Amino acid sequence: MASTLLRSSLRLVAKPRILSAGSRSFTSSRCIRSENVVIGSLHNFTEEENMLREAVQRFAVDVIGPKVREMDENENMDPSIIKGLFEQGLMGIETSEEHGGAGGSFTSAIIAIEELAKIDPSVSVLCDVHNTLVNTIFRHYGTEAQKEKWLPQLAESKLSSFCLSEPGSGSDAFALQTRAKQDGDHWIINGTKMWITNSYEAEIFLIFANIDPSKGYKGITCFVATKDMGIEIMKKEQKLGIRASSTCSLNFDNLRIPKENVIGGEGKGYKIAIEILNEGRIGIAAQMLGLAQGAFDKAVPYTYQRTQFGQPIGTFQGMQFQIAQAAIELESARLLTYNAARLKEEGRPFTKEAAMAKYWASQVAQKVSGSAIEWAGGVGFTRETGIEKYWRDSKIGAIYEGTSNIQLQTIAKFIQKEYS
Amino acid sequence: MRPSAIRLLNILVPVKRAVDYSVKIRVNPQQTGIDLNAKHSMNPFDEIAVEEAVRLRERMKDAVKSIKAVTIGPPKSIETLRTALAMGADSSIHVEIPESAPAPEPLAVAKTLQEIIKRQKDGVDVVILGKQAIDDDLGMTGQMLAGLLGWSQATFASKVEIDTVKKEALVTREIDGGGQEVRCRLPVIITTDLRLNEPRYASLPNIMKAKKKPVEKLTPADLGIDYTPQLEILKVSEPPQRVGGGKVANVDELVAKLKEAGFTAV
Repeated sequence: MASTLLRSSLRLVAKPRILSAGSRSFTSSRCIRSENVVIGSLHNFTEEENMLREAVQRFAVDVIGPKVREMDENENMDPSIIKGLFEQGLMGIETSEEHGGAGGSFTSAIIAIEELAKIDPSVSVLCDVHNTLVNTIFRHYGTEAQKEKWLPQLAESKLSSFCLSEPGSGSDAFALQTRAKQDGDHWIINGTKMWITNSYEAEIFLIFANIDPSKGYKGITCFVATKDMGIEIMKKEQKLGIRASSTCSLNFDNLRIPKENVIGGEGKGYKIAIEILNEGRIGIAAQMLGLAQGAFDKAVPYTYQRTQFGQPIGTFQGMQFQIAQAAIELESARLLTYNAARLKEEGRPFTKEAAMAKYWASQVAQKVSGSAIEWAGGVGFTRETGIEKYWRDSKIGAIYEGTSNIQLQTIAKFIQKEYS
Repeated sequence: MRPSAIRLLNILVPVKRAVDYSVKIRVNPQQTGIDLNAKHSMNPFDEIAVEEAVRLRERMKDAVKSIKAVTIGPPKSIETLRTALAMGADSSIHVEIPESAPAPEPLAVAKTLQEIIKRQKDGVDVVILGKQAIDDDLGMTGQMLAGLLGWSQATFASKVEIDTVKKEALVTREIDGGGQEVRCRLPVIITTDLRLNEPRYASLPNIMKAKKKPVEKLTPADLGIDYTPQLEILKVSEPPQRVGGGKVANVDELVAKLKEAGFTAV
């Protein structure tokens, strides 16, 4: 225990670069400064991050808000919303300016995902997968040529999907069966993917396939393909929640992909998947956080308006205690999420914290959205107010991008390493 | 003297940081004004002004040489300037007053803008500003500025067109009876009304670009303007609480109740 503390404090002194990329322009002096290190609360954001939060908030309330119910009832993402996200520069948040993106921080992406989720978690996950999974893979593992080719399209107009899961492999991701066989200067891919987000509207797909099963997971390789290469979009799932987010199965029947579409090198797919899902975890935490906050923000004002027995129901002590507890849970999820984001920005290990954030935020989302329905009573149970939608949407949080049990296992492994 | 060739437009957009439109306003305990511990953002009519300037540039391309935003306010007002820059302004000026100072009155604001306009090397051809701020609803600054400068003015604009060849602005104004079209010689002061346009959301790339755009800092002393208030607010109070009404059984009862309340017309 003591050795870890010493190690991390040494790190603080040795790396004055602890100032996160975003902290360069703190506009307030409410931080403790000590030599080369700035220590501020997690309520500190750069001017750009604050402006982004406001801009996304307004966009979400004005443009997405009116369409949320319709999209949920129809299980369909309105194309004008996808277009709006691209126009607002929200589909290339961390992508560099030279590649058509905004050159923003990782926390900026987290902020955008949170604010979108407050209004519609379906739109939020669309933005999250595209930014934290697909864009980041190109940025970290793509060659210069690949970045030049794909990042601008991804930032400006083309939606993408991350294709890892299959009918037979979810948590056991590396048991995937999709095969890639070499044929001259092409790879031929055969297999089926399932549970793929954005797949109905996407044009660019990152596909994980095994080029050499004899090597086990070390044969898994990441390929980029476009829809017009022959990807078959099959059954669109009818889901409990995030219904507007398309979740389809994909079929690859002798799909021909040029050799230059291998990302990160042959056999490196498992490494890419593991590392990218670590980051993606923080994105999902942000989505769940926004969802919980959105439900809370919708239900609580109602409790101060609705009167029974001569007083607003929100002033009964029982209700006050429930609301206060929900607020505590929200704040804890918020701190876990933003701290994981800042740790990642600082270049420090963040896997354990990311797992904690995702696990906890999804639990909080379930609890708070469930309470929100009860606080609003019968009205909360009808689909009109949109409160029940948050509860339905929250369930997936404990399942995708690493189930809750997997998160707990990940965290336990770190603890075991530390303490034994 | 202005050359007779087509002149490039220099647009000035004054903006104000005001209480956000969505806030539930409360009167402060001293009853001297509203409770300012609330969310602030750019005055909505000023957003429309910035948007109009940016749209003029999109329509007229290179004919618009510069769009400069200016604000008079405490240190936090810089956020308002950043929003204007993120929406498309090229540069900005922040006339900084202390946090504790009272809000400047329209005449002081107009005098400040007059002085700033005087000091612009390239001159100013069009000033677009909101018709009023939603915190005080005074609606005077544009008109006072036009008076001080002796420029043409077109207030409550719902449509703006600028002709750089004829050096004129064609503005449709919203008046009680409907719309009024006026033709003004440049330079001109235009104040915006609600239906002029719908302001854009600052996109993320533009927010990042705004970081690099210049903000010139000035103080009232630099400009030689005295901000001492000429008016003293004696009292601000909320409107009386709505009292419940009563139900009447028929028209005769209604008439009787109206007569009781003093309506002699029935």
